[in-house]
Amino acid sequence: MTFQSSKPSATLSARQLSLGYGERAIVADLSLTLPAGKVTVIVGANACGKSTLLRGMARLLPPSAGVVHLNGADIHKLPTRELARELGILPQTPTAPDGITVADLVGRGRSPHQGWFRQWTADDDAAVASALNVTGTAGLAGRSIDELSGGQRQRVWIAMALAQQTQVLLLDEPTTYLDLAHQVEVLDVVSELNARRGITVAIVLHDLNLAARYADYLVAMKAGSIVAQGAPGEVLTAELVREVFGLESVVVPDPVVGTPMVVPMGRRAALLADAAASKLSSQTVTESVRA
Amino acid sequence: MSSLGTTPADGAAPATAAWVRARRKGPRRRRALITAILALAVFGLLAVNILLGSYTVSIPDFLRMLGGRGIPGASFIIMENKLPQALLGLLSGAAFGVSGAIFQSMLRNPLASPDIIGISYGASASAVAAVVLFGVRGAGVSVAAIVGALVVALLITALARGRGGTGLILIGIGAAAFMQAAVTFLLSRADIRSAQDAMVWLSGSLNSANWERVGILSLALLVLLPLTAAGSGSLNGLALGADTATGLGHNVPRARLLLTLVGVLLAALPTAAAGPIAFVAFLSGPMAKRLNGGAVSLPLAALVGAAIVLSANFAAVNAVPGISLPVGVVTGALGAPFLLWLLISSNRANLGS
Repeated sequence: MTFQSSKPSATLSARQLSLGYGERAIVADLSLTLPAGKVTVIVGANACGKSTLLRGMARLLPPSAGVVHLNGADIHKLPTRELARELGILPQTPTAPDGITVADLVGRGRSPHQGWFRQWTADDDAAVASALNVTGTAGLAGRSIDELSGGQRQRVWIAMALAQQTQVLLLDEPTTYLDLAHQVEVLDVVSELNARRGITVAIVLHDLNLAARYADYLVAMKAGSIVAQGAPGEVLTAELVREVFGLESVVVPDPVVGTPMVVPMGRRAALLADAAASKLSSQTVTESVRA
Repeated sequence: MSSLGTTPADGAAPATAAWVRARRKGPRRRRALITAILALAVFGLLAVNILLGSYTVSIPDFLRMLGGRGIPGASFIIMENKLPQALLGLLSGAAFGVSGAIFQSMLRNPLASPDIIGISYGASASAVAAVVLFGVRGAGVSVAAIVGALVVALLITALARGRGGTGLILIGIGAAAFMQAAVTFLLSRADIRSAQDAMVWLSGSLNSANWERVGILSLALLVLLPLTAAGSGSLNGLALGADTATGLGHNVPRARLLLTLVGVLLAALPTAAAGPIAFVAFLSGPMAKRLNGGAVSLPLAALVGAAIVLSANFAAVNAVPGISLPVGVVTGALGAPFLLWLLISSNRANLGS
């Protein structure tokens, strides 16, 4: 089980999926196909059901209706260990038992590949080594998780998910609690991985600009349904931001790579504009007097 | 990847499979060494409990007795009293230790041991009720204890549904208080002699050990420990939380059911045989974890549990000349300061991060 970039990319799709907790329905009758071998980013306001959708697609939440297919097979009908070799999920803010070391935690990503009669092998060592290298956590391997900073910890969790060596990787807000530099770092790791191994990735993100930067395919959700989906350059517009977040904004090209960048208006923008206008008008008055 | 160079250790050479292998082997060797040392210590404590104390026997004499030769005066004390006592201490300590470690890592909280969340009290209350109200003796008490522990476990899991680990622990502490009240009520209703018997049993005592109890407990462990070994892989997964465990391919509901069942039985059976020996289940897991450099190890927890009970029993039997204290008095007295130390030191660790 070395890294197989030759293996065709996997397709994960939800068909007429309804999800909820108890009586409360959160996602209703939703269909979505994650483009194979691409990075899909799911965005939306708080409580729009984006995390619920990801949990549903990762079989952490049984659907009340509909199905999720991985390469055509119903994920709820596959043995859970077999599925775990194909589909990895990093839940939102996972917690490690205290005292566990980085090497131990990343090693647990190999557990779906092991069993009663297949103990730890050289392939497992190679997978762990590669996951540590890709995430830049090799130097931390002997440290205890509790000693790490938030950014390091998140990279270690991603390393665990990578050690699982799945064809599909779902990440639920992997950048929560991280500063901007660490957010970019984590997303860079994921996108490099996608480029190198052609794995299918879906990420739930809050930051629209990072979403536009890192997504091949953007999915915008509102109240449990998909409002828009497609390449960020096509779907991310001021109208969409207004509809999904109820926020006035200007969408301009990102000066670094040219993907759409959302600049919010907010009430302070109006205040600042007024102040600037009055300053400008008084300046023009004095200037004209001087003249 | 230049942006990754933010940690001091990142300058190190990239990891290779051989390097990971070496990293993995290190803790394993350490664990094997500690397990061997602790096993020797437990064996030593077992020997001390059998051979030394108020009545001393030489090793050759003991071996002769084991061989079936009777030595007047000594045979009865050793074969019917000290040997079953020591063996019961070994078995119940190991069972409590494993049970505690299972619940603590499954619920991801050191407070979640069966003696704190009411499972052991459930076993006690139901066993006392069986003895006091129905005059049950022998294996019937074990059955009553198991039923009581299972009922309490079922009740607290049902009540704590959707409230997470902390909710379950709080509800368990409430259930424990309720069970204690029930025991007190039952004792106040019992006649003075059976009440006194029950009191000794309730504080956890190896004094009434006999071969029947040793036999029941060893048979039970013979079945339960392989089941525990089968579930220990899932335990490693569950310790990461239900979502991560599912993502790693563990069947979480099935694993929880199996481990809860095994954990409850491992707490209830020694409780029936020796009473709820205070703090053993609670202490063994964290102590084993510390010895093991932070990782959970069920065999180590079993050895630590056995070591605690055996050393406490030796102290209890020999501390006050002429009086054989219940072992639970000693574990309780030793356990409370350890709990405080554990809380203080773990708090300090939390502040440090």
